[in-house]
Amino acid sequence: MSEEAVHRALGMTDAEYDSLLAILGRDPRPAELAMYSVMWSEHCSYKSSRNHLSRFPSEAPWVVVGPGENAGVVDLGDGWLAALRIESHNHPSFVEPYQGAATGVGGILRDVFTMGARPIALWDQIRFGPLDIPKNRYLFAGVVAGIAGYGNAVGVPTVGGEIAFDPCYSGNPLVNVMCLGVMKREQLVLGTAGEAGSIAVLLGKPTGRDGIGGASVLASASFDEESGTKRPSVQVGDPFEEKKLIEACLELYEKGLVVGVQDLGAAGLSCATSEPAARAGMGMDVDLDAVHVRESGMTAPELLMSESQERMMAFVAPEQVEAVLSVAERWEIDARVVGKVTSGDILRIRHDGELVAEVPAASLTESAPRYDRPISQPEWLEETWNNVLDHSEAPDVALTILRLLDDPSIASAEWAYQQYDHMLFLNTVVGPGGDGTLLRLKGTDKGLAVSTDGNGRLCLLDPFRGGERLVYEAALNVAVTGANPMALVDNLNFGNPEKPEVMWQFRQCIEGISAACEHLGVPVVGGNVSFYNETDGIDIHPTPVVGLLGKAEPIPLRPPRIDAATDDMELWLFGPDVIDLAGSSFEWVLHGHLGGRPTAADPSVASAVLDLAIRLAGSGMTPVLHDISDGGLAVAVAEVCIRSGVGAELEVSDWRDLFSEAPHRMIAGVLPANAESIQSLAQDAGVTATKLGTFGGEHIEIRTPDGEHVVALATATSTYHDAIPRRMG
Amino acid sequence: MVFPGSNCEHDVVHALQLLGADAEIVWHRETDLAGIDAVVLPGGFAHGDALRTGAIARFSPVMETVKAMAESGAPVLGICNGFQILCEAGLLSGALIANRDLAFICRMVEVEVIDTNTVLTAAATVGQRLRIPLNSYEGNWVDPSETGRHVIRYTDDPNGSQHQAAAVANSAGNVVGIMPHPERATEALLGSEDGRVLLEGFLGSVSANV
Repeated sequence: MSEEAVHRALGMTDAEYDSLLAILGRDPRPAELAMYSVMWSEHCSYKSSRNHLSRFPSEAPWVVVGPGENAGVVDLGDGWLAALRIESHNHPSFVEPYQGAATGVGGILRDVFTMGARPIALWDQIRFGPLDIPKNRYLFAGVVAGIAGYGNAVGVPTVGGEIAFDPCYSGNPLVNVMCLGVMKREQLVLGTAGEAGSIAVLLGKPTGRDGIGGASVLASASFDEESGTKRPSVQVGDPFEEKKLIEACLELYEKGLVVGVQDLGAAGLSCATSEPAARAGMGMDVDLDAVHVRESGMTAPELLMSESQERMMAFVAPEQVEAVLSVAERWEIDARVVGKVTSGDILRIRHDGELVAEVPAASLTESAPRYDRPISQPEWLEETWNNVLDHSEAPDVALTILRLLDDPSIASAEWAYQQYDHMLFLNTVVGPGGDGTLLRLKGTDKGLAVSTDGNGRLCLLDPFRGGERLVYEAALNVAVTGANPMALVDNLNFGNPEKPEVMWQFRQCIEGISAACEHLGVPVVGGNVSFYNETDGIDIHPTPVVGLLGKAEPIPLRPPRIDAATDDMELWLFGPDVIDLAGSSFEWVLHGHLGGRPTAADPSVASAVLDLAIRLAGSGMTPVLHDISDGGLAVAVAEVCIRSGVGAELEVSDWRDLFSEAPHRMIAGVLPANAESIQSLAQDAGVTATKLGTFGGEHIEIRTPDGEHVVALATATSTYHDAIPRRMG
Repeated sequence: MVFPGSNCEHDVVHALQLLGADAEIVWHRETDLAGIDAVVLPGGFAHGDALRTGAIARFSPVMETVKAMAESGAPVLGICNGFQILCEAGLLSGALIANRDLAFICRMVEVEVIDTNTVLTAAATVGQRLRIPLNSYEGNWVDPSETGRHVIRYTDDPNGSQHQAAAVANSAGNVVGIMPHPERATEALLGSEDGRVLLEGFLGSVSANV
């Protein structure tokens, strides 16, 4: 291979290679070229997105650590902090679903416990092509098994998430995972190398040849039919090692033995040396011969690029090294002194006694290329907006409800979450299968609620409105558990950024998410960008996923639940009466139609409904409170009926009300004695409250002007529960 | 008892303390358990489930002492992975293999107490039904020797366990293994308090034994 072909094979463009030559003033050594190729990859450097990410509002008085560190950190009060982070492992999961998903879990946990926090919960947002294609069943089963296999064994509960299916993900599944950790304020640790003289200690598993070039080769390129040959770039996870690493690191923090910590994820040692040194404004001497390895004969570039899992780099004052090594020994993990922080800014790396790299540490991070990629609105967009489905004829309502309940994106996800330990740590108050998850924070009266939401169809039809509505939906999911939204992380899954239309979608989604966050006063404390989600030139729908953290204080004693309806309750609807079927499940599942323009969010209505939801949840007067989203009111009511084992009777003035997915709406189950108080709460909040009917019986009976529509509860229940298992066989 | 890879130890301590007990975590390399009246082996993945669940943990230094305590009549309880370890260590009869449907199961199950002559079931009544979360992959108890005493059974059959056994005791009743997690069912806020009667019985046996 000729000299210049090497950088191309490593995923570096000719122009990037030229700027590397300018930084070094000479040809790079092989190890240096390897380091720059991974550190300047899209995955590590955010070179196409960085200019746009600064748009997100990221400040609030309770933000302790904003974007740019391993995880965002917010102040929960009373000396408690929460750390949160979301990441994608889309490409590895397509190549090898079990290990791709498993190492995604491992990586996000390290991001969180790197900050000093104990990871207490995980949420997975996974998207696949339709299950009638065998390959998609294989991917779905493999990803779920990987999440379960790693998460359960590492001992962190998976308490919620999202599962969705759409043909656009057939060649490119999305596997996102969010983690929440908590800590006392004094345990906060940053990813800094500290002062000159600090010692770098590499903890955890030996380094091997797995995952070499994962960030540049896999995560930053598109797929084609040859993708199977990329399997050696996928890492292999070992949850047992990670569990020991978590406990060892938490003990190090508790004893105050470390100055800073950086996990080894994408770009491995290249990143874990250069980033902490650059953050500290320091240099570092690193000895690769001291690195404990799994196989002999590894070259310097391989050692620097390896993405072997379950490794951490700790920076330690010289007098604490012995103590650190003995903590590692107690937890039965390997630990080696591999380097020393130096004044100046040069990262020097030796291997086999020879100097293999000598570069400014910050040039690997801060001098990474930045692209202002061309942006243009897709030409097809307006035509799509005008492509409106004709709704003049009423459908068979009962059949429509059953078709929607049978849609795997709407149906019960129990098949997946029964495989996840979602109860460990005794914090799960409201677990998977409802709206937001509600966890208690032991030793306090605080509750932590999280909702993760994405909606590719909505964001395809209008990325600004879609992005905005995602935030309001997540906020409402959190609010119905009684929590106030306080911080957001985002995972931006998009197609090829070299296409101006994709960059336009990207920018618009960021604008929409930002607008909603600004209105709600919710800071964006971290995020992740995954580009090149395309296969054979076809991009996925723009699919940003938001993860919203809320705090309930005090935690409601009897928080609303989706499964708490009884036959003595009234059924109420809160929120505006708006019909919006653009991008809805009704149009897509029943008619295969994707067109029209979704309604914009209404910020003042959103705030009013959120306030009301939080009040109602805290009041204990609404045992059931459920956000209306995919499938509309009809599906929301059916979900409550199925989960509670009780029927319902209701009336609407237009069949389209049943399937509208307009934002800012929720239903409630209310005891008649409380109906009056609830109405006056709604009135005070300025939210329309409508009594739709009552719960009870063994049928879901709906009256519209077109007639009466009846679905047997038993049929609805079996349809809802069997939709996924029946397809998975 | 904590082995590398255990993960329910904090939950067990939390639940026992909630019920008024003194509980502390002991590392698997300890051999001196002086001052300790009873032992709980918590759930998790001791030694990463390497080889077989519990297969390595039975060789941990602490297990010699646990065996001696069991033989002297001290209450010993294994929950989930702890149950698997007790079987591997020969303190309980039988073995735990993969669930019938070859999938991990995490959900609330209903169980029925069928024998109250053990340290775990002492405070319960025969026929009492309890809702307790199950959380395991290898929860399917098999005992070709038919010598194990099954003392709690599932009312449905989630995993194929012989006699639908959810908990098994030795003949003396002081060593009990249970697959569902009673420590996950001690507070109404989390969905069930039915595990209390089991853990209270266990703590009662501790005071009776001292």
